[in-house]
Formats: sequence, C-alpha cells, structure tokens
Amino acid sequence: MSKGYVVSASPHLHDRNSVAHVMWQVVIALLPAMAAAIFIFGINSLFLTIYGVIAAVVTEAVIQKLRKKPIAVADGSAVVTGILLAFNLNVASPWWLPVVGSVFAIAIGKHVFGGLGHNPLNPALLGRAFLVASWPSLTTSRFTVPKLAEATMSGISNSMSKLSPLVTEATPLAVVKTLRDTTMVSRDVADKLITHMTSGETLSNLFWGNIGGVIGEVSAAAILIGAAYLAWKRIIEWRIPVSYIGTVFVLILIFGGIPGADNNTVMLAVYHILAGGLMLGAFFMATDMVTSPVTKKGRLIFGCGCGVLTVVIRLVGGYPEGVSYSILLMNIAVPLIDRFTTPKPFGEVKK
Amino acid sequence: MGLKSFPGGVHPHDNKAYSKDAAISKLPLPEKVIIPLQQHIGAPSKPIVKLRDKVFTGQPICEPGGFVSIPMHASISGTVTKIANFPHPSGAILPAIEITGDGEDKWVELVDEQDWMNLEPSEMKKRIAEAGICGMGGAGFPTHVKLSPPENKPIDTIILNGVECEPYLTADYRLMMEQPLDILYGLKIFMKILNVKKGYIGIEANKPDAIKTMRELVAKEPDINVVALKIRYPQGAEKQLIYAATRRKVPNKGGLPMDIGVVVQNVGTAIAAYEAVRYKKPLIERVISITGKIVSKPANFRARIGTLFSELVEHAGGVKEDIGKVISGGPMMGFAISTLEAPMAKGSSGVVLLDRKEARIDAEQTCIRCASCVDICPLNLVPSILARSVKYGNFAGAEKAGVMDCMKCGSCAYVCPSHIRLIQYIDIGKNTIAAQRHAAK
Repeated sequence: MSKGYVVSASPHLHDRNSVAHVMWQVVIALLPAMAAAIFIFGINSLFLTIYGVIAAVVTEAVIQKLRKKPIAVADGSAVVTGILLAFNLNVASPWWLPVVGSVFAIAIGKHVFGGLGHNPLNPALLGRAFLVASWPSLTTSRFTVPKLAEATMSGISNSMSKLSPLVTEATPLAVVKTLRDTTMVSRDVADKLITHMTSGETLSNLFWGNIGGVIGEVSAAAILIGAAYLAWKRIIEWRIPVSYIGTVFVLILIFGGIPGADNNTVMLAVYHILAGGLMLGAFFMATDMVTSPVTKKGRLIFGCGCGVLTVVIRLVGGYPEGVSYSILLMNIAVPLIDRFTTPKPFGEVKK
Repeated sequence: MGLKSFPGGVHPHDNKAYSKDAAISKLPLPEKVIIPLQQHIGAPSKPIVKLRDKVFTGQPICEPGGFVSIPMHASISGTVTKIANFPHPSGAILPAIEITGDGEDKWVELVDEQDWMNLEPSEMKKRIAEAGICGMGGAGFPTHVKLSPPENKPIDTIILNGVECEPYLTADYRLMMEQPLDILYGLKIFMKILNVKKGYIGIEANKPDAIKTMRELVAKEPDINVVALKIRYPQGAEKQLIYAATRRKVPNKGGLPMDIGVVVQNVGTAIAAYEAVRYKKPLIERVISITGKIVSKPANFRARIGTLFSELVEHAGGVKEDIGKVISGGPMMGFAISTLEAPMAKGSSGVVLLDRKEARIDAEQTCIRCASCVDICPLNLVPSILARSVKYGNFAGAEKAGVMDCMKCGSCAYVCPSHIRLIQYIDIGKNTIAAQRHAAK
C-alpha cells in the first residue's frame, strides 16, 4: 500500500484491443491468398512477398530512426503494406520490383505524411501506381498463366492470339476489354468468346484462381476466406466491400454488354467481379482504416465511388483494370466525404 | 418478449459475480463521518451548524444553496469537529463537515405515517425535498427538482432505473432482491406526485432473478411494466434507457427527459423517497458495493453517508494484493482517486479496487481512423474528431461536432485500439467551452 494509486480519466476498463493486434489479424487474413498463390504460381510468389515485406519493414525502421521516433515495426502495419504491394505483382517479376515498390510505399506513401494514421493514400496502392508508371512492361503487359490452367485458358488465348499478338497472355479483363473493340473482333468470334467466358467452367476457374493474374488477386475464394475472418474479428465491416462490389455488379449489368454480341449480362457481371483486383481491392485495400471514411454513410459513398470509377476505367478507360486507381482517387476524397457525412447526433434538434 | 435496447454501445465483462450474492449488511457506526457540501448537481449546500455544535442523527446541518440544491443531514450523532476542505469522492478537495460520533446514534424524531399513500402530492414532494434526496445512481440530480416539471411540460411516464450497467456494481441489484416492495412504493409515490399513469422498471438481462422478483411483484399492477433490457453498456444511461423503454428520444443540445414527458429515477432513489414520505427519514445512509478481484470479501454495505472508503474496505476484509487503482463509482464512468480517505456521498454506488496489472495504462498511439469509436457511440457522435479538435485547441470545431452532447459513457475509449484518452480530451473540451460560455455571459 506504500506506492501511490494510479489516477487517470475514466473509463478504467479497456477491451485490450491494440493497433498491433488489428494489423497482425490482417496479416493472418492474407495468408489464404498467399497459400493459393504458392499453389497456383509456385514458390516464387512467396519469395517476392517476403522481399516486399522485408523492404517495407526495414524502410519503416530506418525512417523512424531518422525521425527520432520510437521504432514501431512490431505493430505490423509495414508488414501489411509489404504483403499488399507484392500481391499486386506478376509472379514473374524480378526480385527488386517489390523492394523498390515497398520502399516507395513506406517512404513516400506513408512517412512523408507523418507515418501511421496520417497518410491520405493507401501506401501499397501508391507503391503499385509508382511501379506501373515506372516499369509498365514489367507490371501490366505480361501475365503468367498457371500450369494447371493452361488447358482451360487455351480456349481463350488460342482464339485471341489469332486476333492480336498483343493479348496472347492476356488477363481475363484484358480479354473482355479487347472484345469491346469492334474493329478488332468480328461478331462471330465475340459471340463465341462471350459464351466461353460466361460459362460456368470459366467462372469457376476465376473463383478458385485457375487463371492468369497477379500474386494476391488470383483466387477469389482465398480472398473471401480471409475477408470472412476479418469480418468475424470485426476488423472490417460490410459497408465498403458490399457497396463497392454491388456498384460494379449493377453498372456492369447495365453498361457492360459487349457491342454487337449476344450478352449474358448477369454472368458477365459475375465475371467482372471475380476477375482482376476487385476482390482483393474491395476487402483489403478499400477497407484500409487510415484511408477510408470514419462515418457509416461515408463508407457507403466511398464504396460506391470506387465502384463507379472501377467500371468507368474498365469499360472506357485506357487500362483493362481500374481497381487501384479508383481506390486511390477515392482516398483523396475521404476528408471531404467525412466532412459532409457527419452523423446526426442522437436526438438531434434543429436550433 | 424480446429484449429492448438502443443503438451502439459496448459489452465489457460485467464482473458482478464478486459481490452479487453478498446480501446487504449493515455496518457498525463509524467513529467519524465527513459530509461534503457538494454531493449533487447544482449549488453547493450551505452549512447551518458551527464548530462544536452537538447534532443528532438526521438533523439538518446544511440548507439548500438554491432551488437546484439539497439540504444535508448529520448521518451520526455527535459533535461538529471540523468545517474544512477534505478529499471528495470525485477526486477533488472540497469543503465538507466532519462530525465525530458519540457512539449513541441518537436520532431526530421520525414518524410512521400509516396512511402515507393518501398524503397530498405537494406534501410528499416537500418531504422528499426536506430529506435531501438526489439521484443515487451517480449523477445526483436533486430528486424534488425532477418531480417539479414546468406546467408546459406534462409528464406521462416514469421509469425506474434498475439497469446498473456499470460492471462490478451490485448495489441496485441487491436492493431489487431484498427490498422490491419499497421500490414499488417509491415508484407509486413518484407516479402520484406527477399524476402519471404509466410506470416502467428497467432491468438488464444479466439480472434475471431481479427481473423475476420485480415482475411477480407488479403482476397485479396493470400500469407498471418491468422491461427486460439487452446486456449492453450504457443501457442505464438516461437517454438510452428512455429510448429502449419508450422509443422516445431526448432532444440533444441540453434537452431533458421532461421535454418528452418522461422522468427517470434510480431504484435506490425510489426507496429513499418512500422512506422520506412515510417516515420523514432523511437520506443519511445508502447501499454501496465494495468489490474487485483483490477485495478479500466483496460486499454490499448499508453505510452512513460520510463513511470513509478506507473503513468500508476494511469491513470488506481488506485487500489480498497491492491496490493499483481506487475507483469511486463504476469502472466506466467512476473517478480514479488518489486516497482511500475520501468519504462516500449520496451518489456513491460503489468502490472498485483494481490490482496493479488491471490498473496498467497503455501508451497512447496515433489514431488509425479505424472508426471503432464512431461505430459504437450511443449518441451517434464522432469521438475521434471531438478528441482531435480538443487536442489541437479547436474548441469551436469540437463544439460544432457536438462535444457538449457527450455524456462521457466511455464506450469509445474502451474500444480504441490506439488507447487514445478520448474521454479526457472530451472532458477538457466540455469544461473549456462551459467556461467560455460562462465568461461570455
């Protein structure tokens, strides 16, 4: 009884949650996608991810040392950034690509703004944008077709290779983009391809990840397992992913039909949801706490905005895929969204 | 019937098992008591005794300092030995009257009104005011003021608060188990004074036997309902309780329950009101829980107002380990105080003792905008923005964002993964803005 009692403001209880706990839960939730990538693309996907993580953690530690701040790499936030950055790369990338991306993501994407909690943009996505701008040929043009998928992909790539040598190793979204160009594809071929693309077999390959793509985006199933874990742990909630994916689905349903072809638009919309980076983006990137709105209504607006931009880029933009740019653009709008969606206090009266 | 509730809130472990089965026991007379002049919301009471005056138990020693104020009474018989500043259960040092007991407990004369239910409402109210009763759930609003709504605000509903949503505390639970009839009488007195037909008793679902006891008691009372409420903190906060029971919302920006026709009283207050009306007994004792993992024999004591916390802890068998933190009140909204030599007041529902590990304070980190606080705020505020505005001195921004609406329930700080002292910032904001408003007048 000799020592004094602790005096502090209420409350005197805490649920013992912490930033580190939140971040490491996200790491755990990314493991199924990692496992799927190793299974589908081979062990190099794991090595690339490790390079990205090491580069992110070292960069964070060095900068915190230089800024004379406590070294807080144990909180796991740099680990998450490193994994997400690497997940955006093609498995055939050189070892230095995730390293350069992670250094940029942590240094410019995060610490220039003041570190964890202060960055306006998702660091991993900013790192990816930097890599895409600097080495476009390494990051977007070629994709590795998984060995398992060669047979099922042959239907698409064989017919595509006759059309244009540019898309011989096209991702599913590149195929659908090319089809929209009526100068390149005759109606006959388009019909055939659409039927193939919206078949149950293709969609099932997209769902399980038996298809070309980048490391972390390839298996929708693995991403959903991780997302379900985060939802169960109450780290992400439904508003952003549901409004994002829902918006993409509805807009593709309305505008996604390919000109001049017999479209099964419902299946085409499913195709759009499962292909590309939408699943990873909607569950792991757009839900990034630091760079998404804090208000409930704001989260819905944010998700819808991401969905609109993604569809615009996919259908009429210059890239086949628009998830990362749409999230980055919406990140910029977050302070504005928060400001205009401040909730009404309980019992609000007009005065 | 489904459980009623409110939007938002958190679910901390209730830790009521320590003391919930300890029947209320009456403490031996304390040798001295310290009666603070401020035990309620409103003007401090004014002393009407001098040093060395002899006083009887129940004798008035302070008169109300205004309409929104209450008188104070000697809680033991003896001599006034000091009128000075003493530690206060809120952690502050405030004026109080020390009475050294003569060990005889000589009372002022009480009555036993057999026909108390037929007293005039105005007489009932007068007796409650003279007994110095204020809300005994914690905030301590003078009870007679709540029972005097302006004529343009008709009251149609009274809710008795038996929720006791603060973890650890069990004083109200014991009262509902041991004195249910007195609670019902108190409610009937309130209903008569306000000429109200509809009465509710709200109890959280973690006290099923209290719900059962009270339900059996009101089975023949068509106008009185026992409402079982979901286990959710802060279910016992006035606005949340009213919403759960009646779906009415108390207006923000300083609105009161009477604005929507409701008066809420704690179950302990109801017993005090019944005793005041029937016996003219002033509020000089109450039930208080002494609890926590390190308390040897967690207990619910009926103790005299002004008894020192140290004495209460001693009667509970002392502690098994070093005390890390002393909480006056519940752990969510109570005050951490630096000494056990503070007295219990009319609003003291408990003393919770935490060990050194439980009292650990984690370092504050930057906000990661996770929005946990936004998702659970029962008043639909954005706590992170309130705290940030105050931190950077933007009091106008904090006010605009609704900092004055905050009731400081502490749910936000409870869930914050960055351990930000949200309530501390909000409190600074509320006090600063209140001072600015006061200065502007």
